[in-house]
This record gives sequence, C-alpha cells and structure tokens, in this order.
Amino acid sequence: MKRSIIAAAALAGLLLAACGDDEEATPATEAPTTDAPTTDAPTTDPAAGGDAAACAEGKTLEAGALVIATGDPAYPPYVLDDDPTSGEGFESALALAVAAEMGFEGDAVSWVRTSFDSAVAGDDSNFDFNLQQFTINDERKEVVSFSAPYYTANQAVLGAIDGPASTITSMADLKGLKLGAASGTTSLQYILDVIQPDAEPFVFSSNADAATALGNGQIDVIISDLPTAIFWAAAGSEFGGIDNTKVYGQFPLGAEGGDQWGLLLVKDNPLVECVDLALASLAASGELDTITTEWMADYAEAPLLPES
Amino acid sequence: MTTDEGADQRSAPSRVRPPLTRREEWLRRRRRRSTMVASVSTVLTVVLLQQLITRSSGWPKVKQIFFNGSRFGSDFVELLGYLWIDVKLFLQCAPFILLWGMALALCRNARSPVLFPLRVFAAAYTDFFRGVPVILTIYLVGFGIPKLKLIEGEFHFLGMGGAWNSVFLWGPVALILSYSAYVAEVFRSGIEGVHESQRAGARSLGLTQAQTLRHVVLPQAVRRVVPPLMNDFLSLQKDVALLSILGIFEVFNRASSMKNISGNFTPTVAAALIFLILTIPETRFVDWYTARERRRTGGSVVA
Repeated sequence: MKRSIIAAAALAGLLLAACGDDEEATPATEAPTTDAPTTDAPTTDPAAGGDAAACAEGKTLEAGALVIATGDPAYPPYVLDDDPTSGEGFESALALAVAAEMGFEGDAVSWVRTSFDSAVAGDDSNFDFNLQQFTINDERKEVVSFSAPYYTANQAVLGAIDGPASTITSMADLKGLKLGAASGTTSLQYILDVIQPDAEPFVFSSNADAATALGNGQIDVIISDLPTAIFWAAAGSEFGGIDNTKVYGQFPLGAEGGDQWGLLLVKDNPLVECVDLALASLAASGELDTITTEWMADYAEAPLLPES
Repeated sequence: MTTDEGADQRSAPSRVRPPLTRREEWLRRRRRRSTMVASVSTVLTVVLLQQLITRSSGWPKVKQIFFNGSRFGSDFVELLGYLWIDVKLFLQCAPFILLWGMALALCRNARSPVLFPLRVFAAAYTDFFRGVPVILTIYLVGFGIPKLKLIEGEFHFLGMGGAWNSVFLWGPVALILSYSAYVAEVFRSGIEGVHESQRAGARSLGLTQAQTLRHVVLPQAVRRVVPPLMNDFLSLQKDVALLSILGIFEVFNRASSMKNISGNFTPTVAAALIFLILTIPETRFVDWYTARERRRTGGSVVA
C-alpha cells in the first residue's frame, strides 16, 4: 500500500510538472485551433514597391522609427536563440523584411516584448506591429487589427521515432493507425471526413493529454497543425514537447478554414494598409515564399504526403 | 377496501354494482378534488416556469446556443452512432466491479484474527478510492500505468484484446478500481444488516463459518442491496463518459468536439438526451424490481 501511495504521489508530481511546462510552452505554438496549407499571397496590389514606405511615413509611434513586438521568450523556428534582431528565424526574418519594405532598416528598427495574451486582448500599445503566431479570427478582430495573413499552417503527422508511423508514405497509410487529435480542431474534422480511419480516432481535450498518450504509445500518431507538431518534436518533454518523436509528413488542408497568421496591430491603426502593402510586395517578389521555405519547411524536414 | 369488495362479491354475485355507501362517496369526492388540485397546480407551475425562462432577456441566446432546433436532429443521429461504445465500456466494467467489490466486502468482514491484514487492506482501499476523485484515478491509471512500460505486446481475454498499454484496458480498470470501493461498501452494509441470529442459527445447525456465509448470509445480503447497487451502476453508466479524457471517442467526447468546433452547445444537450435514453429504462427497471421484491417478501425486508 505504502509503495503504491508513493508511486501515486510521484505520478501526480509528474502530471503537475507536465501541466506547468505546458503553460509556459503554449504561447510558442498557439493551441492548434484550426489549420491549412502553405504560404499565400495577401491580395492587395502586388505592384506596390516603394508605396509601403510612402504609406508608412508619419504613421508609426515615433517618426522615422519602427517598433516591432514579439513574445518573451521567442522560440525557434520563429526566432532563433531568442534574438529577434538577428533576422534568424521565420518571424524575425519576415518582420525585418516587412520593415525594410516600409523603409525602416538598421537602427530605425527596435524590438520590444509583450505577452501573447495581453497583446491579443488589445491591452498593449507600445509597438507598431506584433508577431508571435497570432491566428486571425473574428473574435480577436473586435479588439485588435490584423494584417493580411503571412502564413497558413499545413497539417502534420507526428509519430514516435521508429514507431508505427515510420512506414507511412501516403495519406492512405494513415487509415490503419491509431490516430489522435485535439478536440474541436480542423485536424479532427479532417480525420473523420477525409482519412476515415479503420478504428475510431482518439480525441483529447488538451495538448498535454494527447502528448502523454503518444509518449505512452497508446496512439500511433497525432494529427495537428504543422507548427505545433514541429514544436512538439523539437522541444523535449521538459518544455512541453514530446520526447523521441518526429514529424513524418505534412499535407495541405482544403483552401477554406485554414489557420492563418497575421501581424497584430493596435485596433484601427492606419499602419495596417502599409503593412499589407509591404506583405503584398514581398509575396509578389517571391521573398515571402523564400523566407517561409527557409525557416518553416526545411526546419520540419517533413515530406509532403500524397493522397494515396 | 379490499375486504369490503370481497364481502360484496360473495353476497351479491350479480354484475350490478351496489349503490355506494356514504363513506365511499365521500372518498370518491376527496379523490376527485385532490386530482383536480394536483392538475391545476402542475399546469400553473409549468406555465410559470416556462414564462419565467422564455421571457428572460437572455432566452433567445440560450435557445440558439443550447437548444438549436436546426442542428439538433443531425447532431443526435451522429451521436447515436457512438452510443455502443459507452454501452460496451459499461458492460466490460460491470461484472468485474461486482466481483472485486464483493471480494473487498468479504475481506472487510473477515472475522478470523489471521485475516486481520486483509481487513486493514480492504478498509484502506475503500477509504482511498472513495476519497480520490474518479477523474484523477482515470488519469493515474490510464496514463500512469502504461508509462511504467511493465509489459509490452498484446493481451487476449474473454474475446477482448488489444495492446497492454491500451486506454481501452486501463480506462475500464480505473473505473473498476474506483467503483468497486463504493460497491464493496454497499455489499458490506448488506452483510452487516443480516441479523446475528441468522448466523447463530446456521452455526447451530452445524454449518461451518464458510457455509454460513455462502448459504445463509450472502443470499439475504445481496437481495437487500440490489436497489442501492443499481444506483451505483446507473452512476457508472454516466461516468463511462469520463474515459473521454483518455481520448476514447464516445458520445460525450464526440459531442464536446462538435461543441468546440462550432461554439454551439446543442450537441452536448443531444448527448445528455442519449444518456437519458440509456438510464431512464434502467431506473424504471430498478423501481420495478424493488417493488416486486417488496411484494414477494410480504411487504417487509428480510430481517
């Protein structure tokens, strides 16, 4: 009896520890709410080159300077080594490219840190724009403004290294596996509607629960949006990730209903249109694609899965 | 009443009913009156509640979010497809809960001093599992034990089978551990409720301690605890839904994933109705069984 009490206490401790880690980790990846395919072009006029710079004049917090905000700490692959000024990492590189389009380079660009939650709640205003994987949605649009999307997340297949997932080469191979997903996600909807697995999927109410089941081998793979999967595979369990896992593949969702990330601005900030111009110009020149591929696709090293 | 009718039938075999006595007429008036009062009071209460709810300012919103007629039908049908999983989990747990619960109750009632450790174990077990929230037991057993990685591979047992780390194994085990503590207490109260004279009588007839238990005490004990036992199993039928935290995709889990993606709670209301479809017949069965037992034992419980 005594021994089992000790074991129980130890397990409870582990669970608590896991919960704690999860809280710290979530801002890095955004709970996997909804998701979809790769890079996409903002729809504004692509011919605008220097227009973004002209547009931005006098609309920043301080004339001639741009203040960009990101998370504290910021995680790879979005910001490497928690140093956004380096241009190393997807969001760091993207932010500097947008800034350059608007005519801010070198010392004219400064960085501040905000928490994810207070920024989406519209509580912070000490930045011109803020980026830390903010998903654009209508509820948030009531208190803050978003730029056009700069990234749309693919779906990914995450499984144990050398586990049952290591043999999959196509979406059809997923049918026979024990699939896990988080409740209420587009990933789950995709499993039910498109993959239609042989056995019922396993559905978890929190990321930590899904991660535990995968770590235990109780499920074979987790289907989630790519950034979340990348984070889980990259971060050790002490940071809310899952040990000994890798991303086995990625696939785009349908065109609609994807999880799109946008730059966040203070509500009704006139700078929004300038940021959109800059993003459109980056998309037109192919630079947005280059940045995305460099930091997101290669980081995952996950092959695109064919349908069958 | 019954004796009156009997007397009437004997004295007047004809079909014509004799005129009512004054007492009977008075009784009949009383009955009519109370029926009327009860109906009026029921109607009034229902109308009042209905008005109170539907006239509140938030009602349209509540109706739209919780009782959305346009999606209820399709949600209900979709969820019905997952009902079997709940029933199956229940059927897998129930027999083991009965067996293990009975074993615990017997341990707890062990009289021989040699068996004292068993009594301590049973007491500690029931204290522990009745005290720990079921949901925590499910987490600890469902995720914790497989994490130990004690056994790998697969098991096969009574037509069931699967991987040793499957949540379909450890989820039900968690429920069995937890519920058997409650069921053990029910059995114990039944055993202790059998009067000491029954044991004494059995022993004086030459039955051994074990025979007394088997043939005299347990039959009486089990019969009298059937209603509270049924209560526990009704509760088990609903608590099967707690296994959804392990990822098992049953009615409640399906409903909450529909809720999470749409922000509309109508699927969870549909799920509640499905559970009612399961539990209401069970409740009626318990009531019917209890009434039958009472009739059989002549209106009093065995003492």
